[in-house]
Amino acid sequence: MDALAPRTRPLRLALLGNPNCGKTALFNALTGARQKVANYAGVTVERKTGAVALPSGARALLVDLPGTYSLRARSPDEEVTRDVVLGARADEPAPDALIAVADATNLRMALRLLLELKATGRPLVLALNMVDIAERQGLRIDRAALSRELGMPVVDTVAVRRRGLDALLEAAEQAALAAPAPAGWRPASAEALRSLHAEAARIHRLAVRPPERPDTWTGRIDAVLLHPVAGTLILLVILFLMFQAVFAWAQPLMDAIDAGFGALGGLVKATLPDGLLRSLIADGIIAGVGSVLVFLPQIVILFLFIILLEDFGYMARAAFLMDRMLGVAGLHGRAFIPLLSSFACAIPGIMSARVIDSRHDRLTTILVAPLMTCSARIPVYTLIIAAFIPDRQVWGVIGLQGLVMFGLYAAGIAFALIAATVIRRVFWRSAAQPFLMELPSYKLPSLRNVAQNVLLRAQIFLRRAGTIILAMMILIWFLSSFPGAPEGATDPAIDYSIAGRIGHAIEPVLAPIGFNWQIGVALIPGMAAREVSVGALGTVYAVAAEGDEVAAALSPTLASHWSMATALAFLAWFVFAPQCASTLAVVKRETNSWLWPGVMFAYMITLAYLAALITYRVALALGGG
Amino acid sequence: MAQDPPGTEDGLCRLSEMGRGQRGIVAGLHPDGHEDHGVGAEEMERRLLEMGFVEGARLAVLMEGLIGRDPIAVSLDEMRVALRRREARAVLVRRDR
Repeated sequence: MDALAPRTRPLRLALLGNPNCGKTALFNALTGARQKVANYAGVTVERKTGAVALPSGARALLVDLPGTYSLRARSPDEEVTRDVVLGARADEPAPDALIAVADATNLRMALRLLLELKATGRPLVLALNMVDIAERQGLRIDRAALSRELGMPVVDTVAVRRRGLDALLEAAEQAALAAPAPAGWRPASAEALRSLHAEAARIHRLAVRPPERPDTWTGRIDAVLLHPVAGTLILLVILFLMFQAVFAWAQPLMDAIDAGFGALGGLVKATLPDGLLRSLIADGIIAGVGSVLVFLPQIVILFLFIILLEDFGYMARAAFLMDRMLGVAGLHGRAFIPLLSSFACAIPGIMSARVIDSRHDRLTTILVAPLMTCSARIPVYTLIIAAFIPDRQVWGVIGLQGLVMFGLYAAGIAFALIAATVIRRVFWRSAAQPFLMELPSYKLPSLRNVAQNVLLRAQIFLRRAGTIILAMMILIWFLSSFPGAPEGATDPAIDYSIAGRIGHAIEPVLAPIGFNWQIGVALIPGMAAREVSVGALGTVYAVAAEGDEVAAALSPTLASHWSMATALAFLAWFVFAPQCASTLAVVKRETNSWLWPGVMFAYMITLAYLAALITYRVALALGGG
Repeated sequence: MAQDPPGTEDGLCRLSEMGRGQRGIVAGLHPDGHEDHGVGAEEMERRLLEMGFVEGARLAVLMEGLIGRDPIAVSLDEMRVALRRREARAVLVRRDR
């Protein structure tokens, strides 16, 4: 639509800057809630845009480009930034003006990027962000000298306090009127980088006087948080709190959502006449979407922690502390955040693997992320543990059931590291990538900014639940409902369905690992979302209970139908597989190929089978039959 | 940068050999001639430069990791950077006395 009326099209502005310069906070302050997140075509880099009303009354479209230290791109994110700035992307016209964001307290780093940006010929405005912190440190910046030397307007901003926003937009609108200068940017050689450094240092000496009261907090906090022993202990405490929050605080909300969907399903069942439509709406759509939405509180809490820690500047420290441990598996510290997120759900984990700049490291991280115990496995683990593991204490204090749960988590982590080592050996033998990472200054997170970022993550999750996951749910409902049970049938209806037939058909394959056909049937809906297998087991064993009560009613049934060996094999199976369909779909999107989801599916299902087989045989030998 | 490899010259060492609390000034970058970094020597040099490891920059080793005293956190002019000792081998430092 823009192309039809080129003169009246809204102005295109783009924000870019170093990582940790407050760019996202500035984007949030400028666009408020009017943000759209999509993906750039062909790559899985988030495209964040928002509408902005300019002081002149005109409207502009603001793009938030991924943060970078240089235009010489090394990761897919940085490539997008470079290509948009150079006007080399077909789906994103070159911006009319660039707003370069610089952390006023770390100007030297920003100056080099600014000099590079200048070489692209795009009209530029410099947003001197976090000037309040600079003022507090007694850092003097000569704006006139800076503007003269760089040849661009300089505007003071404090994104988190919404200061300087109008002046910035006005300057950007003015700058956009200028025609772009001819582009002369080329990827810098080492020599060119040295001369950029020298030029940046010259401007820095000219325009910046060192702070009278330099930030000593970062050094003091780091003395504790980066300490080899104290820092590691604090990291463990933070992780413990995080899991506590994800699993305990989210529970009441999850129960409420569960009850809400249960009531909605009940209402539909009460009002609609018995039939296919009723079953589709109540059992397919409402129950299906409900089973995914129930994870929203956990995802929101997890992201709240991650974004808070990120904004505070802690995530880089966590990566530092974990680097050596992940290094054993050939990964580096940055893989820590995606793997951590995968404890809630592999989907946000796989998406956050974007922060890893090496392609091989990124693929490895994506492939092992689903081995981290995601929250969808919890209902399955809880059910089996409650049915088979006696509720008693070992060594006086530790509950056996909790210990088994912990063991399942630990097994996931251990095998993720082992799998990463093997994957690197099998697919690429290249040496580990360099680990070089800025440790940003600590900053108090802005609650408003954190809330906005958390909401955005929730929105993205909801949109996915509303599309691909819904479609999967309907497909699985179809498989488990057609064809229906014949007249006078005594067995549960699912027995006669396509899913039931598949369950019977794969029984010979599952027999060696101790699975009966009922488990085979439950594994199929488990492909939609792991926790759905609980509901499916309820259906197969014809447990007459709804919603929450399924698990409670199912426990004694399973205890009488399954041997201990089968139960343990079932747990072992779920440590590794089967990954849910939405995870595979996200891997396809993130890697832009069917190869990697294929590899993931194959290696995980093989591991699951072997793990279940070994567990079953060992348990039988030990008398667990 | 064409420079003689380190070793004999007075006061020059690799960043990878420095311990916590030691300070100095970056004297040069020598990414070639030893371990493979997973990227070429030229690329390694550019990455170090982009992170601020440029001749003349002041640095100090702030902290060392738990296992094998690796990775290290260094202050570099006004910034702080984390890197592994493997990468730190490429950075030549003129140590303060």
